[in-house]
Amino acid sequence: MAGGRAPVTTGAARGDFPGAGALRETGKLCALGIDVVVNTFRRPFQAREFIQQCWFIASVTILPTALVAIPFGAIIALQLGTLIVQLGAQSFTGAASVLAIIQQAAPLVTALLVAGAGGSAICADIGSRTIREEIDAMEVLGVSAVQRLVVPRVLAAMLVAVLLNGLVSVVGVMGGYFFNVVLQGGTPGAYLASFSALAQLSDLWISELKALIFGFIAGVVAAHRGLNPKGGPKGVGDAVNQSVVITFLLLFFVNFVLTAVYLQVVPAKGS
Amino acid sequence: MSAEVVIEGLTKSFGKQAIWRDVSLTLPPGEVSVMLGPSGTGKSVFLKSMIGLLKPDRGSCVINGVDIVTCSEAKLYETRKLFGVLFQDGALFGSMNLYDNVAFPLREHTKKSESEIKRIVLEKLDLTGLQGAEGKLPGEISGGMRKRAGLARALVLDPEIILCDEPDSGLDPVRTAYLSQLLIDLNAQIDATILIVTHNINLARTVPDNLGMLFRKELVMFGPREVLLTSDEPVVEQFLNGRRLGPIGMSEEKDAAQMAREQAHVEAGHADGTAGEDMRGVVPQLVPTPGLPPRQGERRRKDRVMKILHTLPPVAQQGIIASLTDDERRHYGVGGARTGFAQPVAQPSPRPRPQPGPHDTQEIARVPEPGWPGGGRP
Ligand SMILES: Nc1ncnc2c1ncn2[C@@H]1O[C@H](COP(=O)(O)OP(=O)(O)OP(=O)(O)O)[C@@H](O)[C@H]1O
Ligand SMILES: [Mg+2]
Repeated sequence: MAGGRAPVTTGAARGDFPGAGALRETGKLCALGIDVVVNTFRRPFQAREFIQQCWFIASVTILPTALVAIPFGAIIALQLGTLIVQLGAQSFTGAASVLAIIQQAAPLVTALLVAGAGGSAICADIGSRTIREEIDAMEVLGVSAVQRLVVPRVLAAMLVAVLLNGLVSVVGVMGGYFFNVVLQGGTPGAYLASFSALAQLSDLWISELKALIFGFIAGVVAAHRGLNPKGGPKGVGDAVNQSVVITFLLLFFVNFVLTAVYLQVVPAKGS
Repeated sequence: MSAEVVIEGLTKSFGKQAIWRDVSLTLPPGEVSVMLGPSGTGKSVFLKSMIGLLKPDRGSCVINGVDIVTCSEAKLYETRKLFGVLFQDGALFGSMNLYDNVAFPLREHTKKSESEIKRIVLEKLDLTGLQGAEGKLPGEISGGMRKRAGLARALVLDPEIILCDEPDSGLDPVRTAYLSQLLIDLNAQIDATILIVTHNINLARTVPDNLGMLFRKELVMFGPREVLLTSDEPVVEQFLNGRRLGPIGMSEEKDAAQMAREQAHVEAGHADGTAGEDMRGVVPQLVPTPGLPPRQGERRRKDRVMKILHTLPPVAQQGIIASLTDDERRHYGVGGARTGFAQPVAQPSPRPRPQPGPHDTQEIARVPEPGWPGGGRP
């Protein structure tokens, strides 16, 4: 366009080195995360919106989560089952699958579903509000969109993630039990008794903590992409897409960091 | 209670695309201003920058001593409560029905009881002709209705500053006339400072106290309506008359070759897109519906304009003096102007047509007076 004749200095001022765009986006994402935390404590709390969002996210995630959790528990039971028999440690089957499910599988399955089903819906909802200028209108009416729309959604994603995490743990362990006992001929008593051989209570806590953090990340990323779609309805579609991909990448990375830290900080049982 | 908006050196660009540069203007308290400009010159962007939705590169926008561009977030939200903003597409909340949409600002910012809210909301919906539609969702009504509902929501907190982005687009001429009257009545009642962005020439001629125009990334002019309405600036003349001939093209700027080609076409007898009358010239301004108090802003404006009269172009001066009453001429000491050149300036007014032809001038002159939009409303 005719912008060429303008002696605009923005390019140099903003710094256009390679990767600047990614850095800027990361910065904005973090800023929104902090904004969400700050606004969480600002009254009045949007209780109604929060409950509606909890209900909504739960309703789109519960069934798929349960359905994913059963085969997950089964896979772990099957894999571990054969391996452990070779090692001659059958009595630890239960312990191993509980550890694997509670510490790793449950938070990840939960987060993937909260991000995939809940996050995409949040992103599409906020994105379409943005392009219809609803967000602008709200800001102009002196109401913070972060406080009013984003905070309830992020908190709802966190709460649902924590609850779903419990569900996945239970369903996964039951699935593992079923496969181990019914299909692989394991002893029911040994499976249950070995629970506490390796697993400890802090495993459950780290599991719930992970779910909480993953829920937060899924909510914030979805809201951030929704608030900044690039031009028009097509942009909203792209934003939803990106939000799911970005969330997945972040989740696996954060999961790695959290697991590494946890294993360093909390000594494994029996060692 | 009305607020003044002082904008200095505001500049905005998106990436490398400059939108406008160094826009400086003052919206005087309690006055109605209109901003014109070809599509895509950044009028909507200008409104959004004024309320801090977009961040300008440079400049300031000061309202009641608060600079919107640099102030803290808390201050910004506080200052925004003074505004009522009508967005180009209405920007209603899609998940709420019209009633809840209009009630939203009241529920957020006041402690009014639900029955009081109901009274106010129904009153505003009635004002914008939406009675009976309060249960509908924004997706279930026409574009013009969305626009009017957006206006109702903007008015519900009795704002001190009202910004309207094309209030008339999507509305029929009759509703536009009612809307113009509504804005003037509102100004008379609550003394709000109003800025309207529009393409509607008729509205621009009859409603505002001040007129401005954005073109080619700049504020071409901004000042008392008479200045722009009598301007010889080619851009202004072309825009007011809606002609193809002139510096504005389909894409914002024309090159010399195209201008020459079009000039040749016109000389060969090809119509230039107008009915042939000149839409410039000062026409009488809309007045509040009888029974309402006189506009405070109009009073203040008269004093202000008379003070700077000598700095304005001569044609504009004549237009201003011609629009004064005898009493006012005496008050401001410009009495001599009456017969000299008042007539030719008032002439291009569209209502008594420039060439009355065989009609009885008396009869035509009488028609428009009681016929002002909204004037005869029971
Ligand atoms: N968010 C944005 N990002 C990039 N460019 C934008 C953005 N918003 C507007 N623009 C550009 O700014 C320019 C002015 O847009 P704007 O909507 O203000 O025009 P306008 O004067 O209101 O036009 P109209 O009369 O048609 O409503 C356009 O060229 C548009 O491409
Ligand atoms: Mg616009």
